[in-house]
Amino acid sequence: MTVPMPYPALIAILSALVILLFGVSLLTGPAAIGFTDSLVALVSGSSTDAVTLVMREIRLPRAILGVMVGASLGLTGAALQGYLRNPLAEPGLLGISASASLGAVLAIYTGLVIVLPLSLPVLALSAAIVAVLVVRLLAGGRSDAASLILAGVAVTSFAGAMTALALNLSPNPFAALEIVYWMLGSLADRSMSHVWLAGPFMLVGWGMIAILGRSLDALTLGEATAKSLGIRLDRVQALVVFGTAISVGAATSVSGAIGFVGLVVPHLMRPLVGSRPSRLLLTSALSGAALLLTADIAVRLIAPDSDLKLGVLTALVGAPFFLWLIIKTRRTLL
Amino acid sequence: MRLRQLSAWYAALGVLLALSFPLPGIASAESDNRDPTAPRRVISMNLCTDQLAMMIAAPGQLYSVSNLASDPSMSMMAKQARAYKPNHGLAEEVFLMRPDLILVGAMTTRTTVAMLERLGFPVVEFPFENSFSDMRANIKRMGDALHRPERARELLARFDADLAQLRKRPGPRRTAALFHANSYTSGVGTLANEVLKAAGLDNIAVQFGLSGTAKLPLEKLVMAAPDLVVTDTTWEGAPALAQQVFAHPALRALEATSAKAMSATNRWICATPHLIDLIRDLSAARAAVTTIHDRSATRQ
Repeated sequence: MTVPMPYPALIAILSALVILLFGVSLLTGPAAIGFTDSLVALVSGSSTDAVTLVMREIRLPRAILGVMVGASLGLTGAALQGYLRNPLAEPGLLGISASASLGAVLAIYTGLVIVLPLSLPVLALSAAIVAVLVVRLLAGGRSDAASLILAGVAVTSFAGAMTALALNLSPNPFAALEIVYWMLGSLADRSMSHVWLAGPFMLVGWGMIAILGRSLDALTLGEATAKSLGIRLDRVQALVVFGTAISVGAATSVSGAIGFVGLVVPHLMRPLVGSRPSRLLLTSALSGAALLLTADIAVRLIAPDSDLKLGVLTALVGAPFFLWLIIKTRRTLL
Repeated sequence: MRLRQLSAWYAALGVLLALSFPLPGIASAESDNRDPTAPRRVISMNLCTDQLAMMIAAPGQLYSVSNLASDPSMSMMAKQARAYKPNHGLAEEVFLMRPDLILVGAMTTRTTVAMLERLGFPVVEFPFENSFSDMRANIKRMGDALHRPERARELLARFDADLAQLRKRPGPRRTAALFHANSYTSGVGTLANEVLKAAGLDNIAVQFGLSGTAKLPLEKLVMAAPDLVVTDTTWEGAPALAQQVFAHPALRALEATSAKAMSATNRWICATPHLIDLIRDLSAARAAVTTIHDRSATRQ
């Protein structure tokens, strides 16, 4: 379609965009703090000062998680679309996010997290791994769009129902309302402890996917050709499955399920990188981060008092895009 | 049609019961010179009317209270409530209890209340209280409904006397923030705000111009750094994200510099004379703030 942009220039532009949005995210919040005040407090404030507290303990973790969760979703969307050679593959649509939510819900509402904080990301990513395996099984090993998406729908609704059940069974009257958070996601009032808890897992997941670039490129030529090029398909599958489940599971455990980022971003980037899956990985991670930061800034600006969920904004952009994609896919398939 | 048959059946059963056990009615009529028109089988369907009714009703007059009344996380009178038959706010079960008076809150399920009224039960509704004067009106209303106005007056007189005493407590006013689960606070026009005022505390939610129950972002709370942060402590055995904000490092850091008061959620829910104890505790917490500030002042 369009002429591919030089790859290093594209990376530089996207990185600059992420850094800019990271800064804007740090400066956005209900407490009106001046531009220089906030930056000074962030870098060299005393730890008991109120402005420093707001910047370091409330806004910084929120911005960091915005980058990391967005990057996880963008990266895994690109990896799944490349590996399954399916334009509709995405953690949200395949039920990975919903299952990770279920795992996190079980860890939090049973009180396990209080005893063992690490159980939060671990249970979420374990549930995500199960989801990927079940979707693969249900789709019968075939990667045609319809069966994969149907399997994803089945897993998503099952995980959603189990999440609702677990929350309804909680004696805490607030729990039942928190289904909204687990289905639509939010970064409000996260803390550095969430970053330390989920961050390392996300990094591990990224690492597993990052080394897949060459294999994904080879897979575009078909499985037989890839095999003849020395690509071990079982290894690729294991890395995609576990890399996706670990990074999305950890991300979801601290942000709730956020849909459509992983779907939209690789499609936006594909024309710019000339359809090479290896180049799509980093660009999708960066633009996923940029998209999520934008959404998180928007929820604070549009409705500062009502704790609007991130998934609402990503769905506003993502759902029409998804419909367009289905129509386009159907046309090429028929 | 069926309903009429059912009520006829109940009337017959009532006659039968009256014939076979005539003693209790006569005994209670003799034991006190109660107003013969007073309701004798009262059912309360709302946590707050439950508690007011338990305080005001004559012995034997109140038959059933809602099941919430015996939940210690919400009710101040959980122990007393166990002496009554619990109801779950369902029209069917209340109908079968054959009450001669039903007490409901403004929040009690509308459809249930409408159905009970349609069935011809006398229903008295108590509006939601946003101030001490609303509370006074409801206590009076309860006294009138139960034909026990002197008991209601007695409760009010004691409450007013205690409140006047507490208002005289010395020490400067302090700022305070109420911080509930999900970062909610109570601003202008809430009972909680009146409670803070009576305890000698200035609510920062009011300074922020918040009214009713509203979100107080953690950022704004940290920036305002009130002298006293009042949080609630309920449902600790059953965690939810709503309470995670209480463990947020920024709130913890604020609590290192401000004083902190915990108070169980059940103390804030209903407007009853029990509020006096809450006001007393908050007033004591305010006095403690004074000493913390004095100490830091002398250290500098």
